[in-house]
Amino acid sequence: MSDQHLHHPIDLAPGDEEEVRVGPRLVGYFTGFGLAVLLTATSFFVAGTHLVWQPSIPVALVVLAIAQMGVHLVFFIHITTDPDNTNNILALAFGLLIVFLVVGGSLWIMSNLNQNMPMPSMDQLMQMQR
Amino acid sequence: MLGKLTWAAIPFDQPIPLTVGAGVLVVLLAVIAWVVIAGHLPYLWREWITSVDHKRIGVMYCLLALVMLLRGGSDAIMMRAQQAIAFHSQGYLPPEHYNQIFSAHGTIMIFFVGMPFVIGLMNFVVPLQLGVRDVAFPTLNSVGFWLTATGALLVNISLVVGEFARTGWLPYPPLSELTYSPGVGVDYYLWSLEISGVGTLVAGINLVTTVLKLRTKGMTYLRMPVFCWTTLAANLLIIAAFPILTATLAMLILDRYLGFHFFTNEAGGNVMMFMNLIWAWGHPEVYILVLPAFGIYSEIVPAFSGKPLFGYRSMVMATMAICIISFCVWLHHFFTMGAGPNVNAIFGIASMIIAVPTGVKIYNWLFTMYGGRIRFATPMMWSVGFMVTFIIGGLTGVLVAVPPADFLLHNSMFLIAHFHNVIIGGVLFGAFAGYTYWFPKAFGFRLHEGWGKAGFWFTLTGFYLTFFPLYAAGFLGMTRRMQHYDVAEWRPWMIAAGVGMVLLSIGVLSQVVQLVVSIRDRNSVSLRDVTGDPWDGRSLEWSTASPPPVFNFAVLPDVEGEDAYWKIKSRAREQGLLRREPEYRDIEMPRNSPTGFVCAFFATIMGFALIWHIWWMVALGGVGAFATFVAFAWRDHDEYVIPAAEVARIDRANREARLAALRARSAA
Repeated sequence: MSDQHLHHPIDLAPGDEEEVRVGPRLVGYFTGFGLAVLLTATSFFVAGTHLVWQPSIPVALVVLAIAQMGVHLVFFIHITTDPDNTNNILALAFGLLIVFLVVGGSLWIMSNLNQNMPMPSMDQLMQMQR
Repeated sequence: MLGKLTWAAIPFDQPIPLTVGAGVLVVLLAVIAWVVIAGHLPYLWREWITSVDHKRIGVMYCLLALVMLLRGGSDAIMMRAQQAIAFHSQGYLPPEHYNQIFSAHGTIMIFFVGMPFVIGLMNFVVPLQLGVRDVAFPTLNSVGFWLTATGALLVNISLVVGEFARTGWLPYPPLSELTYSPGVGVDYYLWSLEISGVGTLVAGINLVTTVLKLRTKGMTYLRMPVFCWTTLAANLLIIAAFPILTATLAMLILDRYLGFHFFTNEAGGNVMMFMNLIWAWGHPEVYILVLPAFGIYSEIVPAFSGKPLFGYRSMVMATMAICIISFCVWLHHFFTMGAGPNVNAIFGIASMIIAVPTGVKIYNWLFTMYGGRIRFATPMMWSVGFMVTFIIGGLTGVLVAVPPADFLLHNSMFLIAHFHNVIIGGVLFGAFAGYTYWFPKAFGFRLHEGWGKAGFWFTLTGFYLTFFPLYAAGFLGMTRRMQHYDVAEWRPWMIAAGVGMVLLSIGVLSQVVQLVVSIRDRNSVSLRDVTGDPWDGRSLEWSTASPPPVFNFAVLPDVEGEDAYWKIKSRAREQGLLRREPEYRDIEMPRNSPTGFVCAFFATIMGFALIWHIWWMVALGGVGAFATFVAFAWRDHDEYVIPAAEVARIDRANREARLAALRARSAA
């Protein structure tokens, strides 16, 4: 990574591209927009349909949501595999790791606590008082 | 008109806070009056308040930390005095006041001493070590500092107007909810941390960008000084962790202001979620504080041992490992809340694992010293004192990382002793070490060695005498935050801790005297730093003058390896010559901007109004802050030019001093 840094002293922030021609960029944005609309429409369709096995619907929605994120990252946030994009990729990876650790850890901890430390219901509280 | 604010908010019935508050107010007004009358105001405004120079902002951060250290330290003295006398009696502090004091002590020491001290040192040093002219976003830097100052100001206002939280430094619900804390204390806590939290986040973004994007030619990642690496790691943690704090406190604010039920007992609220979230921020926070301190030791130990750092790459690996693992251990702060054995075991093991990279660092420092020609100047004394103290604190930490042991020691004085052992021994010693080490760089003269050593020895012995009795009291079953107690066995330990506090205070006082004496004798031969390299340093900050010119380096240095300045210096010593004089060019520097100060002014008004429910004033503050931001965004000129001739004049003066020193050295 450090060697690449030598060859690319100025690496770019997301969205800052050297290319200034409008045409190809518009094509990119419209492709992204089309895909995003397609994925959104599919989500709405899947949520209401009876064509697929019902329990699979949440899974399908999760998959579509993740695909949506990917479309946004590639077409709008301009995350690429260029060497000058290393910092952005690393930042994204670090962010994902932390979100995974905190959200996953919290879910695990809180479900454990819910099991072990249930809040007594009103009836139970009344019984305790008796 | 004024919301909840009435004359009843001023505690006329409580003499201690009122006299202290009045005293502080008088001193503050006297200082302001002196500044205005003596005509220093334009200078202060031009050179400091509106400055966007990272060095000035760094110095102001450290100054804020030192002032707040005195405030938080007075709280500590009061608590130790209370516990030394409150055996079978009420002592001299009523419970509601005592509770405010321990809450304010923790809040101040973490958020307004620890954080500004390390951020200030990073701000000052990192651009110099990277060989660049400023941080990535200079004006944003100023905004960050002034928002931190806003938070500190709000905490201090609570001393005389209203009250501070009585909930402890982390406001655990349901105690902190409106039902049990109806006063403004918790609101002071919440808003001062929300505002200063924005400042911290901004500083974090700024420093990460600086390290990633603004390195001089040849300064590859693996040639950066370790302090820059720990800065990167600590600020990545700031960016990742501080939003959690902001969001958690925002949820508590919604509970208190708009009747939400995130953490209430009723209507589906879950108090355990607060503990979980606050510690998901709280544990990384520990490393945000201590990683920069580790970086400081990694600069000082090689410089005063006359050797390169042992195991540079393992140091970098250890730093980044700590950065990641620090997000995997937060549950160890609430082992006793009732998660199952699987959860407790995993987090316990992770907590023990994080001690491994820390151990690697300790060995690296020891091996750096091994075989070196060690000079025991004050910064080195703090570093060695740190190693001994931190190892003990770390070991007790590994002990409480064992869940069954933690069930016995949770919330006991043992815990108090443990975290003071690591925070004072790690962070505060590091901050003091960095302060003495980089002071000559910032001001052009050293701090007095004698008073510095007195300060070190009193602080060290005072620390041991204050906090080791607390380990014993913890083993005897004493819990934390006790306003009075009736157990005779605890008494001697509390008195011993009180005596230790006296020594600690003398240590702090010695450092105050040290500063005064050093300023008085700043032009003496023993203190004046003529060359800009008073400690025979190894990294780039010592290659420029002390204090550095506003542009840091006349020509950005070209780095060829680790210990960048050492290589340049060794070559100069071999040849008896400086490098050829460079070709000077015009330098563009960012203009001063009052944006930070004005934003913080409005943020203070807004925070105060939110605390007291003065809604029109909230709108006023909010609109003012936003208008300031818009005005800044529309600025036309944001840079000014320093002509090449001026750059040459400044740099030649420093070259002459260095050449004279070089000749004197080869003559000796």
